Amino acid sequence: MIDLLLFNATNGLIIGAFYALMAIGLSLILNLSNVINFAHGGFLVIGAYLSYSLTPYLGFWGALIVAPFLTAAIGFLVERLLIRRVYGRDPLYSLLLTFGLAFIIEDGTRQIWGALGKPTSIPAFLSKPLSYQFFFITGYRLFMVAIVVLAIAVLFVLLRYTRAGIRVRAGTLDLETVAALGINIRTLRSLNFAIGIFLAGLAGVLASGQLGLEPTMGDGLLMPSFIAIIVGGVGSLNGTLLGGLMIGVAAGLTAVVFPSASDAIMYVIMAIVLLVRPRGLLGEEGMLT
Amino acid sequence: MTSGRMRQGAILAAIWAALIFAPYWMPLFGGYTALGTRVLAIGLGAMSVNFLLGFTGVLSFGHAAWFGLGAYGAGLCLKWIAASTPLGLLAGTLLGGIAGGLLGALLVRRRGIYFAMVTIAFGQVFYYIAFQWSSLTGGDDGLRGFARQPLHLGFATINILNDATAFYYFALLCFAIVVGIMGFILRSPFGHTMIAIRENERRARFLGIAVELHIWIAFTLSCFFMAFSGALYAMVNNFADPRMLHYSLSGDFVIMAVMGGMRTFWGPLLGAVVFVVLQDYISSITVNWMSFIGLMIVAIVLFFPRGLLGLLRQRKAA
Repeated sequence: MIDLLLFNATNGLIIGAFYALMAIGLSLILNLSNVINFAHGGFLVIGAYLSYSLTPYLGFWGALIVAPFLTAAIGFLVERLLIRRVYGRDPLYSLLLTFGLAFIIEDGTRQIWGALGKPTSIPAFLSKPLSYQFFFITGYRLFMVAIVVLAIAVLFVLLRYTRAGIRVRAGTLDLETVAALGINIRTLRSLNFAIGIFLAGLAGVLASGQLGLEPTMGDGLLMPSFIAIIVGGVGSLNGTLLGGLMIGVAAGLTAVVFPSASDAIMYVIMAIVLLVRPRGLLGEEGMLT
Repeated sequence: MTSGRMRQGAILAAIWAALIFAPYWMPLFGGYTALGTRVLAIGLGAMSVNFLLGFTGVLSFGHAAWFGLGAYGAGLCLKWIAASTPLGLLAGTLLGGIAGGLLGALLVRRRGIYFAMVTIAFGQVFYYIAFQWSSLTGGDDGLRGFARQPLHLGFATINILNDATAFYYFALLCFAIVVGIMGFILRSPFGHTMIAIRENERRARFLGIAVELHIWIAFTLSCFFMAFSGALYAMVNNFADPRMLHYSLSGDFVIMAVMGGMRTFWGPLLGAVVFVVLQDYISSITVNWMSFIGLMIVAIVLFFPRGLLGLLRQRKAA
């Protein structure tokens, strides 16, 4: 029983890390631009399919690095051409815009790569289970977590120590003042959006090795990311990280006792958090509420 | 002022005339009566979303949950409890409305984009329940095995089950009643308070208006309307499925409201007509209908944010 619990908790932590990667990208965009990116799942799909198409030319490792950058470039263009036009307008319009965008991306993926799922291959040394005795966890899952941890660590370092990162954090608190200090917030928002999309692309590449490719693979990952943000508290990236890990572990543990409720548990957690601490676990009072 | 009032009266008469004679003029344009009934139910849903969005300024992106709960409530009631159309409608309305009202109490302090996000997430709870609890709801295949029942009026029986035209008129009567209630509320002091909150929440608060309470009541009313339209919708095809609760349907409703003109009372109905007919038509000629709908949404947001009726009004003012 202890083994089983431990196994499921670890598994949950792995899934939670993955949710957190998605959610932090969403959260970055939400914090600075006040846009809920409904198309985040769509960008994840783009990243996954790009890596699929690039693998024959660049190999697994090359695709892992290049695909997220290409996805980020697409995200950058989309922000320049479309998203930026709705900044400062009622949040309704940014929601609808990205909602429509998600439709176009899903259909476009289907048009380019076909509606049927595609199998993906991962290097043999990653697909073997690490240990049969304790946890039946494949090397790929551990590899996923390592990449996620690395990506999030790099992001946090960038946000903390680079000029652009400090501006992003300042902009989260008070964008008007940041603009008044002579900082080009248009560029800052584009860059920030591209970073968020980079994380979505990376999540897509990682997910494709685990789940396989499908035009709708982003759908199931969008809702947990929303919940991670709400539970963690809007405006706090640490909170989003915590929220993602929490719902992952909770889902993993629930799967032991009551498998069919493992999806529902994250909504229960969200309801409790909203009741007890409406701003979210690490959210600031008065942020966006 | 009198000419304006006359004009308004003429428009109202035209709308009702178009709705009343729909079974006669629609076939001329390749429509069919069931499509008209569907548009009525969906249009009522879009108007319910707009009751909150357009007149209180609160954006719920999870209203499909109440629509779907209404549908399941009606279906389950017809299937297991009582084979009666009015009771089915009542059951659906109560199920969706009460669930919405309870959750609404959790949400009223949230605003703007945060409110939208929380409504999406909570809406999905009901999607999962409908999807997972297959012994009750039929799961992914949807709820089948129920049918709307003929109406027994004591002195006569109206067979709305097999007569599509009779059912259209029944749906139109329901539509008229609910729309009448909506209009009545919006003209009442409560309705004016809703608009005051939309225009300037802080000022409304300083005037001593209990903003949270008003938003909660408006939200709950909107959930009841929504659930009613869902119950009606379930009876069009005698079918309910989990996608009726999914947030993408919520998005469709919001798009209909915006496309028609969300600051107007009738705009969402017009938006629903255009949206449903277009979706019906486009999906019959191309597999890429999703791209067309997506492009349409993007175009509306970027170029016609005031919607069709808003555009007309602007032109008139200019």
